[in-house]
Amino acid sequence: MLYTALSTLFSHWRHHTGQLAALVMGLALATALWSGVQAINAEARDSYAEAAATLGQDRLSRLTGPNGGDVPLADYIALRRSGYLVSPVISGELRLGEARLRLLGIDPLTAPPEADPPALQDETLDLAAFFTNPGLILMTEETAGGPLPPGLPEIVISDTIPPSAAITDIGTASRLLGQTDPSYLLIAPSQPVGLPPLALATDLHLQPPDSAADIGRLTDSFHLNLTAFGLLSFAVGLFIVHAAIGLAFEQRRATVRTLRALGLPLRTILISFGVELAGLALFSGLIGLILGYAIAAALMPGVAGTLRGLYGAQIPGTLGFDPIWALSALGMTLAGAALAGAQALRRTAALPLLAPANPRAWATASGRAMRRQALVALLLFGAAIGLALWGGSLLSGFATLAALLVGAALILPATLGLILRLASKSVAGALGQWLFADTRQQLPGLSLALMALLLALAANIGVSTMVGSFRGTFVGWLDQRLAAELYVTVADSDEALRLRAFLGDRVDAILPIASVERPLAGRPGEVFGQADHPTFRENWPLLQAQPNAWDDLAAGEGVLINEQLARFADLDLGDALTLAPALTLPIVGVYSDYGNPAAQAILGLNRFTDMFPDAPQTRFALRLPPADVAGLATALREDFGLPTEAVVNQTQIKRFSLQVFEQTFRITGALNVLTLGVAAFALLTSLLTLAGMRLPQLAPVWALGLTRAQLARFELARSLILAALTFVLALPVGLCLAWVLLAVVNVEAFGWRLPMSIFPADWLRLFLLALGAAALAAALPAWRLARMPPTTLLKVFAHER
Amino acid sequence: MDSLLVIENLTKAYGPIDVLKGVSLTLDAGQTLALTGESGSGKSTLLHLIGALDQPDGGSVMLDGVDLAGLDDTGRARIRRDRIGLVFQQFNLIPSLTVSSNIAFQARLSGRHDPEHCAMLARRLGIDALVTRYPEELSGGQQQRVAIARALANRPALILADEPTGNLDEATGDAVLDLLLDLVRETGAALMMVTHSTRLAARLDRRLHLSRGSLTAAAQGA
Ligand SMILES: Nc1ncnc2c1ncn2[C@@H]1O[C@H](COP(=O)(O)OP(=O)(O)OP(=O)(O)O)[C@@H](O)[C@H]1O
Ligand SMILES: [Mg+2]
Repeated sequence: MLYTALSTLFSHWRHHTGQLAALVMGLALATALWSGVQAINAEARDSYAEAAATLGQDRLSRLTGPNGGDVPLADYIALRRSGYLVSPVISGELRLGEARLRLLGIDPLTAPPEADPPALQDETLDLAAFFTNPGLILMTEETAGGPLPPGLPEIVISDTIPPSAAITDIGTASRLLGQTDPSYLLIAPSQPVGLPPLALATDLHLQPPDSAADIGRLTDSFHLNLTAFGLLSFAVGLFIVHAAIGLAFEQRRATVRTLRALGLPLRTILISFGVELAGLALFSGLIGLILGYAIAAALMPGVAGTLRGLYGAQIPGTLGFDPIWALSALGMTLAGAALAGAQALRRTAALPLLAPANPRAWATASGRAMRRQALVALLLFGAAIGLALWGGSLLSGFATLAALLVGAALILPATLGLILRLASKSVAGALGQWLFADTRQQLPGLSLALMALLLALAANIGVSTMVGSFRGTFVGWLDQRLAAELYVTVADSDEALRLRAFLGDRVDAILPIASVERPLAGRPGEVFGQADHPTFRENWPLLQAQPNAWDDLAAGEGVLINEQLARFADLDLGDALTLAPALTLPIVGVYSDYGNPAAQAILGLNRFTDMFPDAPQTRFALRLPPADVAGLATALREDFGLPTEAVVNQTQIKRFSLQVFEQTFRITGALNVLTLGVAAFALLTSLLTLAGMRLPQLAPVWALGLTRAQLARFELARSLILAALTFVLALPVGLCLAWVLLAVVNVEAFGWRLPMSIFPADWLRLFLLALGAAALAAALPAWRLARMPPTTLLKVFAHER
Repeated sequence: MDSLLVIENLTKAYGPIDVLKGVSLTLDAGQTLALTGESGSGKSTLLHLIGALDQPDGGSVMLDGVDLAGLDDTGRARIRRDRIGLVFQQFNLIPSLTVSSNIAFQARLSGRHDPEHCAMLARRLGIDALVTRYPEELSGGQQQRVAIARALANRPALILADEPTGNLDEATGDAVLDLLLDLVRETGAALMMVTHSTRLAARLDRRLHLSRGSLTAAAQGA
């Protein structure tokens, strides 16, 4: 019986292959966009992890010699004997003339798994040869191709090593660098139970994980952005599915009624629909997965480029396949199809056995539905405003987004209806009046596609506004924060003294930047000592400040805090902040500090040195004429002997961050175009299905004296009018979306708020794109209408009694 | 005086089926003509060719001295707009426009809109209380009256009606036809009407019967 029901219902698709294609493509595209974004995200996260692990295992605490130098071998052996899980690393630089190679010697036998470089997990690597003399050395093909110091062991190519660096066994590194003591010891995060804390067991200096990679934190924001976007794309796809399913159910009403009249139980029919839907969803989901994988693979080089810019690390620009990822994407598709089908199933269940199949009743009902939807939308807007103002969590931020978008989608048909009604009342010509009135009449049939278009456009505007604002703000902020030309980090105070001597009068100013880690307002934080210098006074980005903030700071009578701290601890100008048991100062200013999650405070340098005499002064900002920067940077590396990463050129950092944003733009741009394409496709399928039902509306107009070509042009115009109106409505929605992302979600997720910038030129581009999409979607139905044989139009007037 | 409509040797086939096999007829201004014939005999087809809604395979249709065969799509649309009033069996009205906009639509298209004329037609047809409604809110008989008002509003030379009362019950149909004939006579238009009913056909000036692709004079009152 089930089989009979299924085959009868399914035979519908044989005559409606276009509809079937729309349904499958809608589901597939929704899955593709969602899973593509997920794949990119997952892959990028893995890559960060790899990069971090390869570059310096900076996620683990380390032990170094008492003044930052090497660890005496005896101390290492003593710690291991007591049972501590520490692993030695020898790092250094091999040079010969031009050639320089950063060498990282590790001990794979004792290295904690968190620090295991991915290159060593490669199964083709001969680990025995790695351990034993003469050993192996791992580097990228690029590094291996460049000038290399002599005397290296056999080279193994690995993609996951940073440029100009190599990884080898600690024994090999020891031999090559002529160094027996480890440079530092990595500490495994979990130590055997029962041992006293490491800090009590040794005199070595305990160095917590490196938290200096500020720019890296930007990537979290980038991912949040992409995830939100992926969800939006999925939602757009679901609208298509909803439309296609709704239509398929609508058209099979008569069949359902016949089947029921023949004695088939409603349950069997509903189960058949369910089975059919699940089968289609599974099939389309699989296609979507393949598509999503293709999208991700196509965009991956961009992501890899982004990461290269961020970490200076080579990330493989290829994708792995993760079954969990695939399964979760399929699950989303099934859930989405169920959601879209639920309403249709409910309608089928409620279908009276004897009611005539009257399309008119459906249309009048849709007028009521539109008003009801508008009411729900208003409630949702209220909820969105409430959540945005008083929500106060990341979850409520996302709930605001959802309420805003769903509300905007729901209110769209009613708003468009109102505008078109006013337009048709106010135009003079008979044709203009008809065009608007007729367009209004198409709204119920097109509303889902238009909602998809609205969401696509709003997402487009929202996400590009967000990324653009992010870029503008961040680059501007970098300009201010990195006002000095060079930033130099030295190993200890001895080297700091030598540096001062070396620099002499080659620079205009040497500005020490000292810091200690201190809890601030009950949270882990950092206190900086900053010299009083115009560099800071003129450039430091203060969000709020008291009139003589800089004088107070220089005099040691006030403190500056970052925005994060001000928000977390709800601190205002004039509030007192305790920096140390004996030091409580009023807050005289708040500065923006993007990309950093931790609390920070700045103290005048003199006061800082008084309070924290032991804090090492190892970082310096150098002011010098821009023309001399490159020369001095080279001199600091070559003549003074600082490692490459200890000399930071601010133009380099800016270039990196700009690169990050260019890549982000490229990826969001590509996704935007795809989402818009999906919405255009939804519009096309809706127009095609409407085209058949529309003949009774068009035939009289044609008979009364219009040509088919004119009608076709009106069809195009109708589509353009709807797209233009939808764009106009999408604009405020997109801006609200951006505002919520920047001012609510970002604050909850990262503790800082971004000022919003708007980009009207982008809107114009998008507007044209939307018109283009609408014209493309209407082209086929319009072309068909223009070539329609008159007899097809004439059939409307005859027979069908 | 030249005839309003001169048809010579008109042929039309749908694939292998020859529907019209050389139909000729003339119709003078102000004349009314009833066209009868079995279902499928080609009555609607003939009406469509006369109304410039479709093109014949052979022969000619001259309307007011203009050969329809020489016109392109735009020219045919202009003839329909300016010269012809149409009343079909169903779906005559534009569903998105109100009754008053429907009545005025064609007249406004051809630039001959006369609000007073429209108001008079609505009054005569008894639909003046309905002008703000939409077609879907009217009964079948009311819809046909609106269609008649629209066909006349443009002051066409020729009105083509294809079973205008076919979907109506007898009493309503008679009432609608009475109004149509009265108004046609008042405005001086010619009328060609397809009907299955010889009773209705008897009320028109001339009667022709279409059978096996050719016209013959219809038997009176059969
Ligand atoms: N578009 C078409 N394609 C193929 N055949 C057609 C088409 N339109 C009409 N025909 C055929 O042409 C013949 C005449 O049709 P027409 O509609 O003119 O008949 P009719 O006299 O108006 O019939 P009725 O009284 O039922 O309205 C019929 O056999 C019909 O099947
Ligand atoms: Mg007919």
